[in-house]
Amino acid sequence: MAYDSFKVLRSSAVPLPIENVDTDQIIPARFLKATERKGFGDNLFRDWRYDKNDQPKSDFILNNPTYSGKILVGGKNFGSGSSREHAAWAIYDYGFRCVVSSFFADIFRGNSINVGILPVQVSPEFLHQIFTEIEKDPKAELEVSLPEQTITIVSTGASESFQINGYKKHNLLNGFDDIDYLQAMKDEIATFALNR
Amino acid sequence: MSNSPKTLFDKVWDSHVVRQIADGPDVFFIDRHFIHEVTSPVAFLGLEQRGVGVLFPEKTFATADHNTPTINQHLPVEDPLSANQLLQLEKNTGKYGISHWGLGNPKNGIVHVVGPENGITLPGMTIVCGDSHTSTHGAFGAIAFGIGTSEVEMVLSSQCIMQPKPLKMRINVNGQLGKGVTPKDVALYIISKLSTSGATGYFVEYAGDVFENMSMEGRMTVCNLSIEMGARGGLIAPDQTTFDYIHGRELAPKGLEWDKQLAYWKTLKTDAGSVFDKEITFLASDIEPMITYGTNPGMGMGISRNIPQAKDLEGGASSYAKSLDYMGFEENDSMIGKKVDYVFIGSCTNGRIEDFRAFASIVKGRKKADHVTAWVVPGSHVVEAQIHEEGIYDILTEAGFALRQPGCSACLAMNDDKIPAGKYAVSTSNRNFEGRQGPGSRTLLASPLVAAAAAITGVVTDPRQFL
Repeated sequence: MAYDSFKVLRSSAVPLPIENVDTDQIIPARFLKATERKGFGDNLFRDWRYDKNDQPKSDFILNNPTYSGKILVGGKNFGSGSSREHAAWAIYDYGFRCVVSSFFADIFRGNSINVGILPVQVSPEFLHQIFTEIEKDPKAELEVSLPEQTITIVSTGASESFQINGYKKHNLLNGFDDIDYLQAMKDEIATFALNR
Repeated sequence: MSNSPKTLFDKVWDSHVVRQIADGPDVFFIDRHFIHEVTSPVAFLGLEQRGVGVLFPEKTFATADHNTPTINQHLPVEDPLSANQLLQLEKNTGKYGISHWGLGNPKNGIVHVVGPENGITLPGMTIVCGDSHTSTHGAFGAIAFGIGTSEVEMVLSSQCIMQPKPLKMRINVNGQLGKGVTPKDVALYIISKLSTSGATGYFVEYAGDVFENMSMEGRMTVCNLSIEMGARGGLIAPDQTTFDYIHGRELAPKGLEWDKQLAYWKTLKTDAGSVFDKEITFLASDIEPMITYGTNPGMGMGISRNIPQAKDLEGGASSYAKSLDYMGFEENDSMIGKKVDYVFIGSCTNGRIEDFRAFASIVKGRKKADHVTAWVVPGSHVVEAQIHEEGIYDILTEAGFALRQPGCSACLAMNDDKIPAGKYAVSTSNRNFEGRQGPGSRTLLASPLVAAAAAITGVVTDPRQFL
């Protein structure tokens, strides 16, 4: 379904400096049994966040009230593994609107944009700068501008540009989705199918 | 342009582009769409909310596999959430006229096993499913990859998805595989060299004599694991092995249509002089039976080696330490001799008849170690029937193994087949992520031969001593 549009987001961020965060960690398979898209945020990072008695683990970042915000910053190769869109739903439902990493897995990147989360890929050096700033000040803000395609560490002014194709950018800015686009060209698709 | 050499991937991709969007993805036509109970319900809900229907219901095929029990399938599914997903699949497919092989149907099984075995998967096709191991179908020279649920809704409503064309990589493996080295080992070896992100952004073509000499089952295992190095998918040019596998399968073309399709399939190969964005070559003789020691499929090594030291690897030492800590292993440890609690043979990676033949070749005339719990799970009812017909069932039973019913099972532990916390499982599946096989479970990925050797001895064992 169409989602909230994304323009400029200024927020503190939650750091998760771990590499290869796979979608089984983001949302374990046993929580994929819903038939509606709701409530997945409760189980975001379930097994890192809660112990086997369902008590919050105090050493996990989401259980540390010092860190909050609408931006999740992860280590290299974020979102690898399963194609489950539930991973993106869980991140969105928890309240994140942007994920920053130095490298994203393909399917996760696509799923994120399709549900209204902006994946921002930065250089390893810039990622390191972000982690360092948050370590210094957990409330350090990042500003992500989709129109400008830039991400800025507000306190230092350090900034980097990021890539997104023009079509997806237009969609996110306006809250449009691919299904709307495809519905509008159904006749063309039917003709294509007929000529195959 | 039309005379310039093209890769197999280009030929199939380009012929499925309905529209190219400037500075955007291609509108990409899908020939075959597989769905299952877990990643489809929200897509059907989306159709309802938008008030749109299914454009080509005959191009979508449904099977129930992810959350299904692997015992007593004739009884109602106990878990209410799983039962509801299965019911939704039945209702949704019924409503839109989509073919549905639910629990109890003789064609039921894991989606990536039943597609090929019924002749639905054919060369030159584009195939998607809300499951990352859809790359399996690339074994037939198809472009096949996993998609998210939003894209499932796109395919249902318009038979297209929006996809930027990936880059192209060719991976060559040349020479002769050694004793006890299986397609699974070839794949785990490649992933260990490339890492879990080494092929992200690429679509891989596998080439060289190792793949040319491989059975279709083996090619499916290799293509299945393409996603584990980050690739969207992998494919292998169709040849006589492919055509022989397809011929006569229920939904495969017949008669004149077969002749026509065959002529087309024979054009599906990479032209000489084609350029890939990246090309890598390995030697078959460098590959030995593999096993993983960490928490992603790239953390694998030859079974006779010791766990690498963090300093010898590129990448984050802290993530590496976290991984070994989870596994309860240390740098320089040998894997040989480590105690094994569970053995799982099955999944879309190694749940085909050839895998059970390999497993049986080692357990034949031997006994399962008493302390090992073994789950032997065929990929489909067709595989299950073959296991009986070929006498493998008797070999398994005599060696102390019980055969379960088809499904994804302990690969992702959505049903009751969960490895308990802290226990070690040698698994023929595809992912050793933390908790993948149950909260706290510790997975060692390996081939059916390594799994069989572990099941017999109760510890990690080089299978070559039994061959």
